[in-house]
Amino acid sequence: MRNPVMLFLLAVAMAGCVKHEQVSPLPAATAKGSALVEVSGGKQAQRVGATLDQPIVLQVNDAQGAAVKGALVRLAGTSGTTFEPSAGLTDESGQFTVLVSAPGQAGHFEVIASTPGSDGKAVEIKLDEIALGYEQVLGRQLNAQFCIRCHDPESTPERVSNMDNLDPKPHAFTEGDTLNKMSDADLIAIIGHGGEALNKSASMPPFGYTLSKPDIQALVSYIRVVADPPYHAPGEVYANK
Amino acid sequence: MSPRDPFGWLRRVLFGDVTRRFAAASVLLAVVAAIAPARDLFRDWRRYQRQYLRLVRVRPDAAQVQRRFSGGIQQIWIPELQVVDRCTSCHVALKEANLADTSVQPFRKHPPIPHSLTEFGCVVCHRGQGPATSSHEAHHATEAWEEPLLPAKYMDASCGQCHLAPLRGTPILNEGRRLLGRKGCVHCHTITLADGTVMQPTDDPPPLNHIAEKTTQEWIFAFVKNPQAYAASASMPNFAFTDDNARDVSAFLIAKSTPSGYGPKLATKQATPASTEASALAEGASLYGQSFCASCHAAQNAAGNLVGGDLGPELTRIGNKAKPEWLEEWIHDPSGYDADTTMPHYRFDEKQVSLLTTYLLSKTDSDLLANVKLEPATQAQIEHGRALVVEYGCASCHKIEGIKKPEKFAPDLSREGSKPFAQLTFPKGVNHALPDYISSKIRDPRSFGPKLKMPKYTLTSAELDSLSTALLSLTDRANSIPYRLRIASPHESQYQPAGRAGRLISDLRCFSCHAINGRGGDMATDLSWEGSSVQRQWLVGFLKNPNTLRPALIRRMPKFNLTDAEINTLTDYMLTVYQSPSIDPEMIPGGSFTPQLVDQGRQLYYSKYHCQSCHVIDTKQDKGYIGPVLSQVGLRLTPAWIFNWFKDPQLLRPGSQEPNQHMTDEDARALTAYMMSLKTRAKTEAK
Repeated sequence: MRNPVMLFLLAVAMAGCVKHEQVSPLPAATAKGSALVEVSGGKQAQRVGATLDQPIVLQVNDAQGAAVKGALVRLAGTSGTTFEPSAGLTDESGQFTVLVSAPGQAGHFEVIASTPGSDGKAVEIKLDEIALGYEQVLGRQLNAQFCIRCHDPESTPERVSNMDNLDPKPHAFTEGDTLNKMSDADLIAIIGHGGEALNKSASMPPFGYTLSKPDIQALVSYIRVVADPPYHAPGEVYANK
Repeated sequence: MSPRDPFGWLRRVLFGDVTRRFAAASVLLAVVAAIAPARDLFRDWRRYQRQYLRLVRVRPDAAQVQRRFSGGIQQIWIPELQVVDRCTSCHVALKEANLADTSVQPFRKHPPIPHSLTEFGCVVCHRGQGPATSSHEAHHATEAWEEPLLPAKYMDASCGQCHLAPLRGTPILNEGRRLLGRKGCVHCHTITLADGTVMQPTDDPPPLNHIAEKTTQEWIFAFVKNPQAYAASASMPNFAFTDDNARDVSAFLIAKSTPSGYGPKLATKQATPASTEASALAEGASLYGQSFCASCHAAQNAAGNLVGGDLGPELTRIGNKAKPEWLEEWIHDPSGYDADTTMPHYRFDEKQVSLLTTYLLSKTDSDLLANVKLEPATQAQIEHGRALVVEYGCASCHKIEGIKKPEKFAPDLSREGSKPFAQLTFPKGVNHALPDYISSKIRDPRSFGPKLKMPKYTLTSAELDSLSTALLSLTDRANSIPYRLRIASPHESQYQPAGRAGRLISDLRCFSCHAINGRGGDMATDLSWEGSSVQRQWLVGFLKNPNTLRPALIRRMPKFNLTDAEINTLTDYMLTVYQSPSIDPEMIPGGSFTPQLVDQGRQLYYSKYHCQSCHVIDTKQDKGYIGPVLSQVGLRLTPAWIFNWFKDPQLLRPGSQEPNQHMTDEDARALTAYMMSLKTRAKTEAK
């Protein structure tokens, strides 16, 4: 192209085609670590779109295991997850605190934190969190009303756990190793008809005359979503995404 | 080609003569006319439908899924809801059960909800523009459509358009509605629900017309400046007053204070010199515990954690606030100072009053008022204070001598969830959407302009989301939906028991914790049918010494130190009036149980129904710790109540943890017989 004016116009036109995304500048790191560890905030359950009750706290350590101040931590996650802030530097104690909002789709979602390592490679850590849809929120409410006293080993001042008083001990709903082996139909039957009807402990009373079918389905849905290791529904998985 | 007219040949070809001009115009018209149909070929929904078919083509269940797919623009039309939703043109697999494993949008299956697509459509819950056929117009606000999609975290708001009563699946909405009353939002803002109910505040702001008896100008100054510095859990918001303004407001309140019912007593009273003996303090602390003050009042413990209920004010620094002589009178009988208080009238004797006063006055923070030095107020300051009190609407919440509660002090929020976009202003950095507007306005009202009167509340982010959700549920649609779809809000009951017992029930403020016939709190048992439930002897004993039932609970019935005559009045009234219509006391005559039946009941209890998993009868052997201890239930409950309880616990106490076991009449009768045989008195009581 001989005409410099045309060349200039072409350059302007092409520049206009490039989408400008607002990228907030990353803070400049003053140090690098070699390990990234979770202090707290993993394995929380919160309803879709809402902010997790507890922030995620991460810590950057050096090769000796000492906390590193001023290291850059960046966050990413399952599409739809939002972070406040999405990147920042570790504080005096080598920690970085971030508020996480769940994506819009119910189920497990991943939070991926990374920090540039001192050897040049990025160090990454993955945290698993849970987003609850309508059915699971209803299940959680029912759990708090009817199940938690026996099925949760944790005690609070307002709610003393009854788990240790029972023999055999009830399964905590997070016990994926056991509960994942039961089918939905099994769980619905045990909740509805009680333990004895299915050759389980008679201490589990029947709830079929207290809860409606959709209520019991919601409870099962909640039990499935909090299972650890995660529950996978039976049947072939066709979708590759 | 002439150098001065490089396009001359083109002009000659196209516009050389009339025929050419006509031909050129015709071609142009044909091109323009073809643009519209051609654009239709590139609509979003066509692209998505093609993508969908490609996605399912490779699946083994393709034939099945393809059969259920129908192409073209899809529409859900519900005339009575004014719904015309074409969302399913792109979201083609909303009802496709086989695609539950797909997470790629717009092809996800809709998660299970209690309503069907064809019943309500999409926009009733999700908002957005239903008739739009392009993704952007459907989801986002455009110049012609102000309502973008509602973010997932506020989704409960949509349920609240029809469900004006609390719903188990919408905890955030329920909490938000509760907070609108509890945080006192509806003192200033009017909220009329779609069924005509006007929301009422459920907090209890103290009257200020006698405040000079209760506290000092210095304390008012400090509190008005920053309420949370006095008590972290104080519900009073921060008005960001300057020192001068806080001084003038406090001067006005002190100047306008009139003598209360305590007046004559306080005038002659000499405050008992506060005893600082450690023994008196310890005794006061244990009386504070025994009286279950913590059921309603919170206080910071040594570790800095707030322990106790939130019905009454936090008492961590009460010693900085209360004047000793006032505190004694208040503990003695609160209604003399505030006739509408939720605090019950304990029958404490002089010594107990003095012990509690000593203990409470020791709860101070020496830093709180250390730097507050106020000169005697001038008339100008008091006048200015009055102007401020009027300007900031203090009388909306508090009773203040000489100032009427202002009408319509703050904007009506009954349609806040549909507030037109043109009426919204946004401070810098706030996303231009209604939910963000509402949320930022509640979080920091003064960021919308320093002259705004709305104060700043101390809210957690969960509380903020709940409040925003409750406000977003107040939409135009909520008011226009057909009457038959609306689930009305629970009616506020005005129930007031009559006679001597009624006066006692008011004096003891039973309604602060107990509900009767739809009125009252939810901290303790509903007493509407208590007369069918308990035996007279037991009730008399319980009112004398309430510490026997569920001893592990933190929040418990306090001991009111009632006289025998008062207990008799209450017991007679409750047993006569609070009877369930569905329980016939003669249905199961007590005392007619054979030992065989009792034994059969015991077997059912331990073997068939495994009641010992949750209840204790034999304290050595049974461990269950969910329901109450049953070792003396035969002394407490009536046989008819127990029988009916076994038949359906939820019917007698909705929400009870005990499930309905669908017992036969025989089983229930045998178990009742066993229960009635349990009359072991606790050792402490036998003494």
